[in-house]
Amino acid sequence: MSSATPKSAFWSGFRNGLPFILGATPFGLLFGILATEAGFDILKVMSMTIVVIAGAAQFTALTQMQDNAPVVMVLAASLAVNMRMAMYSASLGPHLAGAPYWQRAVAAYILVDNTYAVGITEFEARPERPVKQKMAFYIGCAVPSWFFWYLSTFIGAWFGSSIPPEYGLDFAPAIVFLSLVAPMLKTLAHVAAALTSIALALALSFLPFSSGLLIAAFVAMFVGAEIEKRVTGQIL
Amino acid sequence: MNYSNTEIWIIIAALGIGTFLIRFSFLGAFGTIELPPWAMRLLRYTPVAVLPGLVAPLVLWPQATGGQPDIARITAALVALALGMYFKNVLAAMFGAAITLYLLMFLLS
Repeated sequence: MSSATPKSAFWSGFRNGLPFILGATPFGLLFGILATEAGFDILKVMSMTIVVIAGAAQFTALTQMQDNAPVVMVLAASLAVNMRMAMYSASLGPHLAGAPYWQRAVAAYILVDNTYAVGITEFEARPERPVKQKMAFYIGCAVPSWFFWYLSTFIGAWFGSSIPPEYGLDFAPAIVFLSLVAPMLKTLAHVAAALTSIALALALSFLPFSSGLLIAAFVAMFVGAEIEKRVTGQIL
Repeated sequence: MNYSNTEIWIIIAALGIGTFLIRFSFLGAFGTIELPPWAMRLLRYTPVAVLPGLVAPLVLWPQATGGQPDIARITAALVALALGMYFKNVLAAMFGAAITLYLLMFLLS
């Protein structure tokens, strides 16, 4: 693809990003509905979705808030969920390093699990491409789910207030979290980290201000990393 | 939920700024910075370290039942876990669990 232009790279990325509309839309709808039911007005729902643009962290914040956790604890848990993005950022960094600063800021804003996965696969398959094309491809792959994330959140928030509480939506966040986590349980280390997190979070649930969860997460992270170090590459 | 308007806006703004800074950390750095392997290893486990601990009390002690364990919710959780691990697919897990939950809530009511 030596004759490729940034424009064709953008559209190639765009096509690669289309399937993720399917993933973003239900989450956006659900976030809009649940945030509205929790008492957010549409301005707050949309502000959060636009400013944060990270589903798992938004659901985490919402769950912690329904527990009336202190503001600091709401932020700590939600930001902890997003810490993985530092790893994505470090991994994409060398590929996009030559791009203008504002483009890298846009690339950072739209950095989520999907865009990272599509982007890094492309960059590693064709590392020789100029940075302009890499950036165009990467932004292209984000555009479809980016747009649908906003749109579906808005629709969810719009209709959220008309959904009666007896529809069992109280359990939706739990299903969301489990559905996000289950596919990640690929190695013994991931499973061990998850089990540590569950055991400690339950055992420490008596601690005030939701601090048990943070302790559990901290220990679980080290358990996962330590096991990975000892049994490198072992797949379940 | 018991937060003032100001607190909610603080949460939205701080979460947005914090998340952006995490994302921009290395993309925005001048030159190329390599993260040491041990740091990459730790970061790899943040989602599986946080989310299971967050979800466990929601599954075992749901607020909607006043904290009583509930067979429909626990089964739906197990279905989400099983489908997600087997198919490695978020949507399959989500819809499978939702269908299970509604089916059981209907059958057990």
